[in-house]
Parts: sequence; structure tokens; C-alpha cells
Amino acid sequence: MQSVRRALTVAALATAGAFAAAPPALAQAVKVGIVGPFSGPFAHYGTLFKAGVEAYVASEGGKLAGKTVEFVYRDTGGPNPGQTKTLVQELIVKDKVDYLGGFVFTPNALAVAPLIQQSQTPTVIFNAATSSITEKSEYFIRTSYTLWQVTVPLAQWAAQQNLKKVVIAVTDYGPGLDAETAFKTEFTKQGGTVVESIRMPIATTDFGPFVQRIKASGAQAVYTFLPGGPPNLGFVKAYNENGLAKAGIQFLGTAETDEFDLQKLGDAALGLTTAFHYSGAHDSAVNRKFIEALKKRDPNAVANYASVGAWDGMHVIHKMIEATGGQKDGLKALAAARTLQWESPRGAVRIDPKTRHIVQNVYLRKVERAGALLVNKEVQSFGPQTDHGLDAK
Amino acid sequence: VNTLTNILIDGLAYGMVLFVIAVGLSITLGLMRFVNLSHGAFAMLGGYCAALLTREAQWSFWLAMPMAVVATGLFAAVLEALVLRHLYRRKELEQVLFTIGLSFVVIAATNALAGPQVQLITLPPLLSGSVDLGFRTLPAQRLLVIGAGLLVAAGAAWAVACTRFGIWLRAAVDHSGTASALGIPIRLVQCGSFAAGAALAALGGILGAELMPLEPYYALKYLVLVLVVVAVGGMGSITGSLAAALLLGLIETASKYLASDWGSLFFFVAMAALLAWRPRGLLVR
Repeated sequence: MQSVRRALTVAALATAGAFAAAPPALAQAVKVGIVGPFSGPFAHYGTLFKAGVEAYVASEGGKLAGKTVEFVYRDTGGPNPGQTKTLVQELIVKDKVDYLGGFVFTPNALAVAPLIQQSQTPTVIFNAATSSITEKSEYFIRTSYTLWQVTVPLAQWAAQQNLKKVVIAVTDYGPGLDAETAFKTEFTKQGGTVVESIRMPIATTDFGPFVQRIKASGAQAVYTFLPGGPPNLGFVKAYNENGLAKAGIQFLGTAETDEFDLQKLGDAALGLTTAFHYSGAHDSAVNRKFIEALKKRDPNAVANYASVGAWDGMHVIHKMIEATGGQKDGLKALAAARTLQWESPRGAVRIDPKTRHIVQNVYLRKVERAGALLVNKEVQSFGPQTDHGLDAK
Repeated sequence: VNTLTNILIDGLAYGMVLFVIAVGLSITLGLMRFVNLSHGAFAMLGGYCAALLTREAQWSFWLAMPMAVVATGLFAAVLEALVLRHLYRRKELEQVLFTIGLSFVVIAATNALAGPQVQLITLPPLLSGSVDLGFRTLPAQRLLVIGAGLLVAAGAAWAVACTRFGIWLRAAVDHSGTASALGIPIRLVQCGSFAAGAALAALGGILGAELMPLEPYYALKYLVLVLVVVAVGGMGSITGSLAAALLLGLIETASKYLASDWGSLFFFVAMAALLAWRPRGLLVR
């Protein structure tokens, strides 16, 4: 009996000691809330965000600027602004996060603008690609891309290639219309003609009819934008099966040959031309380091725009932690972030002080086979591009 | 004229895909009066089977397709014998809730086991190319779908109308008590029909995969299309489903050629109009 009581006392003391030691350790940790889809049809974005940020911290030796980093993940499912707002409010008020990251969908990002503005929480957008988001709060920083950013140089290139007549075929939703306007504006400015603008309903499964219309339009090339996954596969398949490549109608795209879908496209993808800011096949030491760290964290993770957006986003958060010494100071953090420039896996990048959007090289790529795998081979760099969408205003 | 022939050809191909996916449901929902919202899950199961067999096990498509269809049918028979048969006498709402729940379980399980990516069925060289029709090209796979659709329609209509099993099935559905008193093996008929419905769903999942790619959300994503075809075609009428699928396929394709800005509006307007005109089925006066 005596010994049992003694053991209990020791245990109680030990526990108390552990608790007493805990607060300083917790105070040192920097809390980062990652908001994205972790379930449902878009869950792969969440998985890639998680792999990207955790790989970054691991590659820096587990600590950023001497501070441990604690991630709090929150699942938004799909485009769901109401729920996202609630989740982020909880993260700010209850979990007291110092930074926020993630956001796949534009409406979700827009919904949290008032919250981060009021609480002065620096928020790094890893994906959501509508130009106007960063205008809604000065605490937004974006490490992804915008459709204008990648489409404008593509339209200029098309005009230089002596393509006079282009048909536009985009999926009929926000980003698709953004892409349509961006291409039309720039291509017309360069003296080209857009012979037809086709908007494909978002629920389309059979792309045959649209591809026939493209063929009949008499254009030399088709500029297209589709959401990833099934629509992407369906369109590329229809493009090939209906003999558009053979008929000499060139494919001009952006994210269609994204690494996440690329292998599924198979030989149908060979030769497709796209303009984009990141290719998993980008030839640089930093990119190789990124891929190695990513695979170490999660062997199934794909090096694509989502995981590189998270990786670079984490770099920005890293630098903000450094500038503030781990204290919560939104203004000071943002001041540091506005002037950042670094070597990213995608090439040299910097944050534009005015728009807080990433300035990066956009590359012209062609799909090629490298061994057993298909890759986006970068054939030409268009040089650093700002967000032409915000510039256009 | 060119646009018109294009609409006819693409519409026929699309309509046949719709029919091949819907015909299984027209048996379980239409003939057996079992509100089977897990139809999409069975189609997906068949598709995933074929994808795994052709891609991972390197089977020939011609072998993998019947194998996947049979496997899905057997799985459905077991499921029917153990679980689903208890639902026949329940209310429709309970059938709806159970089968939609089953779909969610299948979605989560496929997501966990195979991941969220699209699964592709490796097609043999004969089917992966395209056929030159002179004035345009058509994917060769669509010809298989059109052929298979016609075969399935003829086969199923014959089986229901002329075979002993078909007579048993109709008797069992119309008045199971009397049918069983007459010595018809009710349980065997129900189990067999349900398995056949699921097997046809699997066939549809495999043949339709080119237009409706296989991914975990398949089970619910295309369910609306399938339900529309069965509803417009009329409960239990296989020729009605065929007519409905072809008509709706043509309308959808025509709207893509002529008025794509309107989305799927015409498809659903046509559905409403057809249901108002012939509420009991396209071919039933």
C-alpha cells in the first residue's frame, strides 16, 4: 500500500513537472493554420499542401528561424465560403494562429478577407488564382499564379508564331471566363483574330461536339482552359480522337498538362503546348531538392503547382517568422514579405510590393516522354511576369 | 448539313453510352421496383475492376471486360442475399436512404484504397484509335458502345418478354404471394435479377468510362443522368429506356453544337416536357 501511494505521488509530481515545463515550449511554437480541402473530390489539394509545407519545415531541419512550427489543418471540402469563414474565425480566435496558408478556391479566400484584415493575420494563398483576391486585404500574399499571368505571354507567343486565327474553348465558370478574357484581350491587341469563343458547360462529359466545332471553325489553334481531373482528360482525349492535331490545329493551354493528371493522359498528351509557371521537370538544383524533400515526406506526393505553391508559401512564412522573431506582428511580417525575393523550385521569384502577388518566370512547355514518364519540358522562358490581370486595371 | 450529321452521329454515340449505363437500373428500379441509388456504385465497381485488371494485371481488355462484369454480378448477388433483400418490403424512403448510404461507403472506400485520381481502362489498339468516316472521324470505342448497346437492348428485351426467367420475374414483381404459391422460386428470381442489373451497370461503367471517367465520386456524379433516362423511358421498359437515352442524347448533343451557353438547360427542359407528356414512359400511351 505504502509503495503504491509513493508511486502515485511520484507520478503526480512528474506530471505536474511536465505541465510546468510545457508553457514556455508552447509559447515558442509558431502556429500556422492550413486551410484547404482534405476530404471530398478535391482532397488531393489538401494532401499536396500538407506534404509541401511539412517537407519545407523538414528540409530546414525541423525548425524555422529557431522556432518550432505547429500546423493546424482545417478541411473546407469544396468551394464553401460560409464554412471557410467559420473555420478561419476559429483558427484566429480559439487556436490563436500566427499565420494562415492554403486556399484552393477563390470564393473561400475572398470570404476570409475581413477576418484577416481585422486580426492582422498574414495569409499566404497557395493556389486560388483570381487576380482580385489580393486587393481585398493587405494581409494576403500569393505564391501561386493567376490566369492572366500565364495567359498573356502565351497569347503574345501565339501572335509571334504567325497564328492569325484562334478559337477559344473554356469551361463556363469563373476561372474559365477569366482565361477567355485574358487571351482575347492580349491576342486581339497583338493583331490576331479570335474566330469563336466556345463556353463549355461545367458538367460536360462528352467533349466530341465541342471539338468538332473547333475543327469546323477554321482556326489554326485552340486556346483552352479546363478544371483538372475528368474534364481535362475528356477534352484532351476528344482533341486527339477527333484528329485535331492531324488537322493542324495547335493546342494552347495552361494547367491542362499539370503533373497530377499528366500520366493519365498517356500518349494523347505528347506535343501539347502550354504556358505555365512550374514544371516538375524544371532543371535546377533547388527543384531537385524540393522533389527529394517532398518524396521523403510523402512518396505519393506529386511535384506540381499545388505542392510548389505550398512549399514557396512556407518559405514566405519562414521569412516572416524570421523578421518578427516569432512574435505575432502582422504589419512587420507583411513589410518583410513585400520585398522578398528568392530562388524557388520554379526559378527566380519575388513578391511584388504593390500587389503582394508573386512575380515569376512563365515558361512555354511541350509534353515529352522522358523514360517511362511524361514530362512538361520547358522549351522557352518568357521571363519574369507580373500579374497582368491587376496591371490591366 | 454537316452540323446535322455531326449532331446525329455524336448524339447516337452519347445516347448509347447513356443507355448502356442506365439499362441495369431500368431492371432493378423499373422491373423490381427497388429504389436502387447504389446503381452508380456498381457501375463504378465494374469499371474499377476492369481498370485494375487491364492496367495492373495486364489482362487483355476482351478478357477483363466479361471478368469484371461477372465479378460485379456475383458481388451484387452476395450483397442482395445478405443485406438488400430485407429492404424490398420497406418503404421507398428507407430504400433510398440505405442505397445512397451504400454509395457513400463505396465512395469513401475507393477513395481510401485507390486514391482520388481518375482510373483509366487500357484499351486494345483496335479500340484506342479513331475510325475515318470520310467526312469526319469517330473514336473507334464509340462503335463498340453503339454495337453493345443494341445487343444489350435486344437481349434484355428478349429475356424479359420471352424467357421463363422473364415471366417469373414479372410474376414475382406483380404479385409475389401468388407467384410463390404457383411454385416460382421467388428468392432465386429476385437475387438473379438484381445481380443481372448490377452486371449490366458494370458493363455500362466499363463501356462508358471514355465519357464518364472513373473516379471515387462517379457513384453519385452521373446518377442524375441515369435516373432521368429511366424515368423518361418508363419504369421497367427497356425499349423505352433506349428511346429515352437516344432522344435525350440527341438533344444534349444538339445543344452543345448550337447553344452551348445554355448549359444542360435543354436536357432538363426536355425531361420535364417528356414527363408531362408521357408520365408513364415514352412508349406508353
